[in-house]
Amino acid sequence: MTNLLEVKNLTVKFPTRHGVFEAVRRISFSLGRERLGIVGESGSGKSMTGRAILRLIKSPGILEADYITLEGKDLLTLSEKEMRRVRGHRISMIMQDPKFSLNPVMRIGDQICEGYRLHARASRAEAKKKTLSMLETVLIRDPERVFNAYPHEMSGGMGQRIMIAMMLIPDPQILIADEPTSALDVTVQKEVLEIMDKLVRERGMGLIFISHDLNVVSAFCDRVLIMYSGRIVETCRADQLHEATHPYTVGLLNSIPQLEHPVDHLEVLQRDDAWSKDPSVSGIVETEEIA
Amino acid sequence: MSQGNNAGIGLEHVNVWFGEHEERVDAVKDAGFAVPFGGSFGLVGESGSGKSTILRAITGLAPDWSGKISVLGQDLGQDRGKEFYSAVQMVFQDPYASLHPRQTVDRVLSEALSLHGFDTINDRIIKILDDVGLDQSFRFRWPHQLSGGQRQRVAIARALIIEPTILLLDEPTSALDVSVQAEILNLLTRLRTERGLTYLMVSHDLAVVGHMCSEIAVMNDGEIVEVLSVEDLRALKANHPYTRQLLDASVQKRKNE
Ligand SMILES: Nc1ncnc2c1ncn2[C@@H]1O[C@H](COP(=O)(O)OP(=O)(O)OP(=O)(O)O)[C@@H](O)[C@H]1O
Ligand SMILES: Nc1ncnc2c1ncn2[C@@H]1O[C@H](COP(=O)(O)OP(=O)(O)OP(=O)(O)O)[C@@H](O)[C@H]1O
Ligand SMILES: [Mg+2]
Ligand SMILES: [Mg+2]
Repeated sequence: MTNLLEVKNLTVKFPTRHGVFEAVRRISFSLGRERLGIVGESGSGKSMTGRAILRLIKSPGILEADYITLEGKDLLTLSEKEMRRVRGHRISMIMQDPKFSLNPVMRIGDQICEGYRLHARASRAEAKKKTLSMLETVLIRDPERVFNAYPHEMSGGMGQRIMIAMMLIPDPQILIADEPTSALDVTVQKEVLEIMDKLVRERGMGLIFISHDLNVVSAFCDRVLIMYSGRIVETCRADQLHEATHPYTVGLLNSIPQLEHPVDHLEVLQRDDAWSKDPSVSGIVETEEIA
Repeated sequence: MSQGNNAGIGLEHVNVWFGEHEERVDAVKDAGFAVPFGGSFGLVGESGSGKSTILRAITGLAPDWSGKISVLGQDLGQDRGKEFYSAVQMVFQDPYASLHPRQTVDRVLSEALSLHGFDTINDRIIKILDDVGLDQSFRFRWPHQLSGGQRQRVAIARALIIEPTILLLDEPTSALDVSVQAEILNLLTRLRTERGLTYLMVSHDLAVVGHMCSEIAVMNDGEIVEVLSVEDLRALKANHPYTRQLLDASVQKRKNE
């Protein structure tokens, strides 16, 4: 059996007025039927990595890789039309700015229903029923109102949950979730994580979970990639994140504020140029190792 | 003024709603709290409970409200003049929505400065980018050329650059890694000490609120169910069942490690 997803030497670059900027630099990793966390510094290339898998890097950005395989098939060889079938059917992505990814002039219910009907060829009534139940699943208090509302009438966390509901409808093999719970209070967050967890466990979905919340990543994920300046500087088992050794990761862990240990001044990182020069660490796990 | 001259922000029996008749949504119900001048007050609670709506009502972005809102000892009516926005700035929860897609970072910042009558624009822009940890090469970028956390820092820079007295911060570090978050929170703490700023801050991260605020209001379904001191928050001393649920969940989250 091969990995669900395997990415080899992925690079994403942008021509700028100061020369070519490499947002992602030759990173490699694999994804099985697991929860893979990606953490790292703001601007280190996490979102670009997610978008690159779906070949959603907008021009003038350039995507290069040896291969990006989905169950052994290289996505880089697919036509744009074939790629569209992959997006939203086999791989879904919850974007970092959920309200921005929704259509601002279309009612939320219609947007979710449309996705569902494309996927399941369901009748209008069935789609509505399914949509309302999905909204309820993500703990939306009044699904009927939200169904008829427009995106700008939603709170930050409601927008996130709507996006999650929408992306789960097509029952994807892989879900890329870019900061999916950053606007949720802890109680709602817990429920949403459980939904995703269930999909991984029961349906064998692969999850890429991009987050700044190190506690959530370490409690929720199986494995973690730590990114800095376009590269993977360290990988580890999620439950061992707190014993990470790379100075960047250690610095990150030290700057988390803690409710029960108040300090006047939070620790900040002393960045070292060497961190961005070291070659990327491989995040590929051979399938035999997982089994 | 019931709050006296020491008042930073005061709310009494504030209701905020959207729409009419059967469409009406009561987003904030009978909310009240006071933030002393130079104080720092936190708002936490359920997603969709009305936290952002309270901040929007203060800045005049939620037209339908009743009750009493006062800022710097003055009762607010429907209109907010330019003077108000020189004193009160807001960092929006959704930085993408608050940055104009066709304005570069430089334009966003310089327009804010000239609107409020500042000179030495160039120096101020260089300084503020540095303060929020953005390299000068970001100055001429468009919003879509920034990462989520970089956009959030531009939004923070825009609010800070005109040197307001009161800052309304809506999840200001939600898109930042914890180390950049620490830099921004340290910056906010320093500014408050140096310039006596008043903060009203929304965050779902109780540790962040605990670090920044001395008093915290907890919201659930449009209502403030409890106001507690940071000492009580740290000691997990809550009276209302919802607050207890929230504190339990956040303690449990850390125990799972
Ligand atoms: N169109 C563009 N032109 C030039 N640089 C870009 C462009 N789009 C993104 N970048 C840069 O690429 C880098 C990686 O961006 P990305 O969005 O992947 O970061 P991220 O790790 O998701 O950060 P965050 O945690 O802040 O969301 C950033 O430094 C960003 O400024
Ligand atoms: N323009 C609007 N029209 C209709 N309803 C709105 C509008 N803006 C907000 N609401 C509703 O008001 C309620 C409170 O929203 P608000 O954005 O204040 O929540 P919040 O506490 O900030 O939540 P979050 O933590 O998820 O950001 C929600 O039910 C929302 O749908
Ligand atoms: Mg990102
Ligand atoms: Mg909000």
